[in-house]
Amino acid sequence: MSRVWKFGDSINTDDILPGKYAPFMVGEDRFHTYAFAHLRPEFAQGFRPGDILVAGRNTGLGSSREYAPEALRKLGLRAIIAKSYARIFYRNLVNLGIMPFEAPEVVDALNDGEEVELEFEQGVLRRGSETFRLTPPPAFLLEALKEGSILEYYRKHGRFPGEGTP
Amino acid sequence: MGLTLAEKILSQRAGREVRAGELVVVEVDQVMVVDSIAGSFFKRLEQLGATPRYPEKVAIVIDHVAPAANVEVAKAQKEIREWGNRHGCRVFDVGRGICHQVLIEEGLALPGGIVLGSDSHSTTYGAVACFGSGMGATDIALAAASGRTWLRVPESVKVTFRGRLNPAVSAKDAALEMVRLLTADGATYMSVEIHLEDGAESLTRSQRLTLANLSVEAGAKCGLVVPSGEILELYDVPGWLYPDPDAAYVREVEIDLSALTPRVSVPFYVDNVQTVDSVMGKKVDQVFVGTCTNGRLDDLREVAEVLRGRRVAPGVRMLVIPASSQVLEEATADGTLLTILQAGATLGTPGCGPCMGRHQGVLAPGEVCVSTSNRNFKGRMGAADAEIYLASPRVAAASAVAGFITTPEALEQEVSHV
Repeated sequence: MSRVWKFGDSINTDDILPGKYAPFMVGEDRFHTYAFAHLRPEFAQGFRPGDILVAGRNTGLGSSREYAPEALRKLGLRAIIAKSYARIFYRNLVNLGIMPFEAPEVVDALNDGEEVELEFEQGVLRRGSETFRLTPPPAFLLEALKEGSILEYYRKHGRFPGEGTP
Repeated sequence: MGLTLAEKILSQRAGREVRAGELVVVEVDQVMVVDSIAGSFFKRLEQLGATPRYPEKVAIVIDHVAPAANVEVAKAQKEIREWGNRHGCRVFDVGRGICHQVLIEEGLALPGGIVLGSDSHSTTYGAVACFGSGMGATDIALAAASGRTWLRVPESVKVTFRGRLNPAVSAKDAALEMVRLLTADGATYMSVEIHLEDGAESLTRSQRLTLANLSVEAGAKCGLVVPSGEILELYDVPGWLYPDPDAAYVREVEIDLSALTPRVSVPFYVDNVQTVDSVMGKKVDQVFVGTCTNGRLDDLREVAEVLRGRRVAPGVRMLVIPASSQVLEEATADGTLLTILQAGATLGTPGCGPCMGRHQGVLAPGEVCVSTSNRNFKGRMGAADAEIYLASPRVAAASAVAGFITTPEALEQEVSHV
C-alpha cells in the first residue's frame, strides 16, 4: 500500500528542495532529508518508499535543479500524479525513472493521507474497491523507461529513442 | 501555413521542415553547466561511461555560489577546475560572472544557434534569437556525451511589444507585464516568440535579455526575440532567421510599451504582478540589484542615476552585484559604481549572489527584500517567511533610498514637497 501525499497547485522547485540544501551545499548523502523542508517539514521523515505524490497544476515550476526530484527519488518516490507539470521538471522526472502521470480528475478524487495501491507500469490505481486508470506518458518516453532510464537507453543503443543510427 | 521562429531554427538544424508537436533530435552548439549542477553532471556522465564528445562545446561557469561559501562548495568547485582541465572544457571561474551573461559576452550563444543550459533561465539566449533552453543534469550530460538532444518542437505564443518605453519604465516592467498576461504556466512547453514593433525595435540587447530571461517564468521552453535593431548591428543574422508572416500561434498577446507603468511582482509567485502603486510604502530591509535578469551596465546606470546625490536609508542594506567582470569593469570605468558606492550601497563578486538564498545576502524571518532578480518563491532567498518583491533597477534604487517601496518619480515629489 502507498500513502498519498497531496499538495496543491504550483509546487515549485524551491518548495521541493530549497536552494540552500542542494547536494552542492550540504553533501550528497544528506540533501534528500530536506525535501519540502519549508512547506511540509514532516515529509522527509514520514515518506516511505513507494508512497506517491499527488499535486495540482504546474507542478515543479522553477529551477532546472534535477536534485529536487532526485531528493524525492532517494526517498523512494516512483510516481507522481498531477494536474499538469512544468516542462523541465517533467523531463527530470522521466530521466530519474519517476513516472509522471497527468490526471486532473484523479488528483481531485484523492485525499492526503489515504492508502492506495498503484501498479504504475499498468497505470492502474486502486483505492478500496475503486479503480482509476492513469494515461501513461508518451511512447517515446516509455521506450526509454523500458531500459530503466534514458541514460541506460543511450548507453545501450548509442542513440535516442526514435532516432536513426547516427 | 508558415513557420514560427522556433520551427525555423529546429527545421534548419534538423535538415528538414519540422512542425510543432514533432520530436526531433538535433545537434547542439553549446552545453552550459553551472557549478551547483556540475556534481550531478559528472555523475551522469560516469553512469553513461562517456566523456564530452566535443569538449569545446561544453562550458562550466562557477557562478551560483562564487566565491565558495563553505567546504562542500569549495570541494565541488575544485573538482570542476580539475575536470575542465582533464577534458579540455572551458571553465569560467569565480568572478567572471553569471553563466548567461558570460555566454552572451563570449559569443557562445549566437543567432540561429541551439544552446542548452543546466539552468532554467537559459531562455535568456533567445534575446539574440538563439534557441536557449534549460534542462536538468541528465539531459545536459546526454547532450555533452552525444552532441545532441531530443526536443519536442514547441508550439508558439506570440507576444508583440509596441511603441517606446517612457523614461520611468524599464524593460523589466515590460517583462513582468508579459508574465502577468501569460501566467506562470501559460506558455508551458511552448516558445514565447517576442516581436518588437512600432518603435520597440529600439530595445537594446540588454533589454531583450531581460525579456527572454523572464519568459521561462511563464513556463516557456524558449523565449525568442525576432532579430531587429541593435541585434542586426552586433551579429551576422542569417536571412532565414525570421518567422513567416503566416506562422501559426497558439495565442497572441499585445503589450503597448508607451502605456506601461512600473510593475512589481509580489510574493510568492512571479506572475503575481501588480502596479507599484499597490505596494507603495511597504517597508524594506534589503535591496538587491543584480542577476541574469538585471545586472548589466544599463541596469547599474539606471540605479546610479537614482542614487546620485542621495543616501541609502538607515536600516536598509543595498547589495549591488554586477552580472559579469566585464560589467564590473565598465561600471568602474565610467564612474557608475562610484556613484552607487557613495550612496552607501555595497558590492558583491560578479555571480548569482543571494538570488537562490545560498550566500551574500540571505534574508532573516519576516524580512522584506526588493530585488531585480527573477523569482520570489517562498523561501527562495532564505527564511521561509521572508518576502521578495521583484522590480526594476529604478524601483529598487528608489526603494533603497526611501526605506520603503517607491518609484524615483514619487521620491522626487516627496523631496519637492518638503
